[in-house]
Amino acid sequence: MIIYTLRRLLLALPTLLVMLTAIFVLVRLVPGDAASVILGDQASTEALAALREKLGLNKPLYVQYLAFLGDVFSGNLGTAMSTGRSVIHEVLTVLPSTIELTLAAIVIGLIFGLPLGVAAALTRNGWLDYVSRIVSLVGLSFPAFVSGILMLIVFAIQLGWFPVLGGAASGTDFSDRMRQLALPALNLGIIMMAYVMRVTRAAMLGVLTEDYIRTGRAKGLGPRQLVVTHALRNSLIPIITVVGLYFGTLIGNSVLTEIIFNRPGLGKLIVGALNARDYTLLQGLMIIFAFCVIVVNTLTDLAYGLVDPRVKYE
Amino acid sequence: MTDTTATEPVRPGGLWLAFSRNRLSWVGLLLLTAIVLVAIFAPWLAPYDPLEQNIVARLEPPSAEFLLGTDSYGRDVLSRLIYGARISLFVGFVAILIAMIVGTAIGVISGYIGGVFDQIVMGVLDVMLSFPTLLLGLMIAAMLGASLENLIIAIAITEIAPFARVARAPTITLKQRDFVEASRAYGCGPLRIMFRHILPNMLSDVVVMSSLWMASAIRTEASLSFIGLGVPPPTATWGGMIREGFENILDAWWLAVFPSFAILLTVLALNLLGDALRDASDPRSR
Repeated sequence: MIIYTLRRLLLALPTLLVMLTAIFVLVRLVPGDAASVILGDQASTEALAALREKLGLNKPLYVQYLAFLGDVFSGNLGTAMSTGRSVIHEVLTVLPSTIELTLAAIVIGLIFGLPLGVAAALTRNGWLDYVSRIVSLVGLSFPAFVSGILMLIVFAIQLGWFPVLGGAASGTDFSDRMRQLALPALNLGIIMMAYVMRVTRAAMLGVLTEDYIRTGRAKGLGPRQLVVTHALRNSLIPIITVVGLYFGTLIGNSVLTEIIFNRPGLGKLIVGALNARDYTLLQGLMIIFAFCVIVVNTLTDLAYGLVDPRVKYE
Repeated sequence: MTDTTATEPVRPGGLWLAFSRNRLSWVGLLLLTAIVLVAIFAPWLAPYDPLEQNIVARLEPPSAEFLLGTDSYGRDVLSRLIYGARISLFVGFVAILIAMIVGTAIGVISGYIGGVFDQIVMGVLDVMLSFPTLLLGLMIAAMLGASLENLIIAIAITEIAPFARVARAPTITLKQRDFVEASRAYGCGPLRIMFRHILPNMLSDVVVMSSLWMASAIRTEASLSFIGLGVPPPTATWGGMIREGFENILDAWWLAVFPSFAILLTVLALNLLGDALRDASDPRSR
């Protein structure tokens, strides 16, 4: 297990390096260069030259690249041009509300998605299976901002059950916070539920035809024991994979959800950076997202080892 | 058959049979056909010019005159919705076509060459695959600037990795098969083997998956347009319409609701179709 863990951690390094290189190249693709973007069209040639000097844009590309890597690995992601504060500071300020939102969505997605998926698999081709398949397909077809807007119109504007303008920053008490979190979390959670349900159903259907399930049944195991300890446990690997892979989508969807429900978070930070053409902030955010994705991928792989003893010996 | 692998090409007849027996696949096919027809015949179907502003009739709710109401410039929502179908389908289709060509080529070449090269390519693709599609598209579109071409490029890049994945796996099995060995002995160059002998054997897999990924491409297009990185206004796009509707959400619900359903129906149609095609082409799930 320790060797497996170490090997996985070592594998994450080259991946991170490739991602950083891609981000470096992408930022260099900006039409014009960073200096002309920062200063705008009206800038004088002297000002441009001075800023290029300051940003190190005159140096050869490989020197810029090495400086970039050095900065990233020492945890320096630069200063956000639009606010003058460090990128790390900007991110850390809004990170708690994004984490709160995504965690709530994951909880909703798993609590409803897993049992529904199992139930659909057990009643294969029955009405429950049919309904849940259609519901999950519809759920998967919703772009997060579309479902968010519809929920906002129905539950907040028409019915008035929830506040229209969210925001956790108001520092209010727990029940207000929950009311503000409810709609955005439901929005993300329902899409996630659709996803989890589909995968759970497929994985369970695969496992339920295995010989050991038949053996278990022949041995006289009760349905609960059969489903939970034998079938579900063995379905967990594909489920974990997909939930891990889904993390990226979840982050993307949370960006849209935060815009719709006007919640502070990484999503609003990105859109703010876009509107202000703040490329250092964008670059920093990309690096942080890449890092998060790689961490989650690695954790997903490590989770296999916990669920399936065979993985350790590979 | 002694050498049955998952990559065994499905006979077109069998695929069609399995596909046509699935009721949901028909729903998807009909929906999609209807949307494509609406996009093609937009000039004849739209009651008004989608760009024509009418200051007197601003923010009119749905009525007999304007079936789906008007927006804050007095433009007819229904007409904009109809023309918007063109952008969504065009962007989705072209982006997926580019991604399919580039991705499949990468997958086949990487799988055929194998070794360290293959491992590096796959490592990069794995990261691209797990990186949020929307954020990747958003970053690329932001760097390149908002325009139709850049939008297509950004979305195409986000969809390359899945195609490469699907093309690579069968390449690895196929390159060891006798007929490839035979053509190599016959003096065929690697390029000819890859694209004349290996590629046709996996084309059905790739085409089947493209329907599902076109759904994802259209979703990304709508999301980017909503954020403001799509085809710039005044061109009618569904995402852009929702963006404008969102600004007036408190007093004109129809602006956001109708394009929302248009996107939902299109993505759902493609998902239904893609699901059915995938199930039909995978003998295990029949």
